[in-house]
Amino acid sequence: MTAVLTPAPTRPAPPPALTIGLARTALELRLFVRDPAQVVFSFAYPIVMLVIFASVFAGEDRPGGVPFAQYFLAGIAATGIMLTSFQAVGTALAEERERGDLARLQVIGTPPLGYFLGKAGQVLVTTVLQLAVLLTVAATAYDVPMPDGAGRWLTFAWVALGGALAGTVLGIAVASVGSSRAVGNGISAFAVVLQFFSGVFFVFSELPSWMQEVAAVFPLKWLVQGMRSVFLPDAAVAAEPAGSWEHGMIALVLAVWVVVGLAVCSRTFRWRRTA
Amino acid sequence: MTTTRPAPAPPRTAPDDHPAVRVRGLVRRYGGRAVVDGVDLDVRRGEVFALLGPNGAGKTTTIEVLEGVRRRDGGEVAVLGEDPGRAGRAWRDRVGVVAQSTGVGDALTVRETLDHFARYHGTAQDTGELVEAVGLTEAVGTRVSRLSGGQRRRLEVALGVQGRPELLFLDEPTTGMDPVARRQFWALVRGLRAGGTTVVLTTHYLDEAAALADRVGVLAAGRLVDVASPDELGAELRRTATVRWTEDGVPREVGTGEPAAVLRDLLAAHPAGEVPGLTVTRPGLEDVYLSLVGATPEEASR
Repeated sequence: MTAVLTPAPTRPAPPPALTIGLARTALELRLFVRDPAQVVFSFAYPIVMLVIFASVFAGEDRPGGVPFAQYFLAGIAATGIMLTSFQAVGTALAEERERGDLARLQVIGTPPLGYFLGKAGQVLVTTVLQLAVLLTVAATAYDVPMPDGAGRWLTFAWVALGGALAGTVLGIAVASVGSSRAVGNGISAFAVVLQFFSGVFFVFSELPSWMQEVAAVFPLKWLVQGMRSVFLPDAAVAAEPAGSWEHGMIALVLAVWVVVGLAVCSRTFRWRRTA
Repeated sequence: MTTTRPAPAPPRTAPDDHPAVRVRGLVRRYGGRAVVDGVDLDVRRGEVFALLGPNGAGKTTTIEVLEGVRRRDGGEVAVLGEDPGRAGRAWRDRVGVVAQSTGVGDALTVRETLDHFARYHGTAQDTGELVEAVGLTEAVGTRVSRLSGGQRRRLEVALGVQGRPELLFLDEPTTGMDPVARRQFWALVRGLRAGGTTVVLTTHYLDEAAALADRVGVLAAGRLVDVASPDELGAELRRTATVRWTEDGVPREVGTGEPAAVLRDLLAAHPAGEVPGLTVTRPGLEDVYLSLVGATPEEASR
């Protein structure tokens, strides 16, 4: 005997985007932990990079006598944020569209904003965990001093938050460009180039000025700069191209990326490859 | 947990004046070629309507326009009184969709999947009742990646009806199901109809259309060539009977609208007794269907 399915006699309005965003955050996290390859890659990559670079350049101090590991932590923390936001979201979204997961969300009536919020929620949680592991390794294995005082931790928090959200939005935007294979390859290549341009691997002020100018268009350069202001001693500000940490500018650039990017995504977002 | 309450009488009075689906002059082109070419269609509230036709006839394109997931190039479409190309979430919540292939997230179990998507609807069917209705009770703790093709299809059906829709679209719902699963699915659709849900389904199985549908629309080359109940489909074609017999060792055949008259003549010509090899046949549903989809649209619609 089968149960009888009937149309709903009364129908309350479907739940708001925020409710669906929260449900999707839980779902995305559950799917994330059930994909061991993704967990390992997201968490291990920045740590492996830190270990490699800190070992190879162990004796080389950076401008102002800052130990290499301390200088590099700023760049690799920023890279980690881009990895868990921009790269993870862009790749996953293109795959979900190709598999038809997004087509299902569309016919169920998911608001795009609810879907975006789910991605952002998942990104924030994984970013926090990844940074916690990275900082612990840096502090214990390489004696990198942790930020002293609430002010630096506050800067760390808003820079990380802004970077993760900007990266999420950028990932959503990029994933609309092509097939999942094209997007996957494109994102990885773009991320590597951006890391070189943005001063993750080299001292930013020592890069050619055209590279600095290109990098300034994208969020990663500002994210790295914000992280330097958190992890480097005050004296290191002298080596900055602008002569200051430019916190106002960092906040502005990241906010513009989030707000403008979100507006663009809401208009260009597609559940399917063709309509 | 068995739910054995009797099916309520289907509410035949529409909650509002609109038919469930009203289509006039629907056109959809791909690269200049019209795959849907001027379709007019009405689906009444509470009926099961089958769009029947061979592959490439335009069934999926038509149903996707009605679902609001595909643009149209011309014509008017109203589904539950609204234009699906513009309708919002409240409309979408009244419409259920089981598409040909959509992903469902492989790493979740059946229960996790249904419990999650229940939260997208204004009102949702209880997960236990839902898995029972689609026959997935045994697989409720199984991960989606380990479901058989037929079980996966049933999960998709469950997701389609989870929001307790007024109107359900099923695009080739039984493709890939074994005969037993197919029969169970038919029972589910009959149950939905008995409960008052309007169902629009596409199929290229003639027996499925005959078993489920109140009315069948036959699509061929982007045009609707006939709309009727399964019994009355191709009424013109059915009226023609074929009388066959053997005369002087040669098989003879006459197609006629008045087989009795032909028989009278035949019997008169054989006063001695039997007419060798005599048969009178009328076309079955399959013959009707084949001549409908084989005919050019102009011929079939006169």
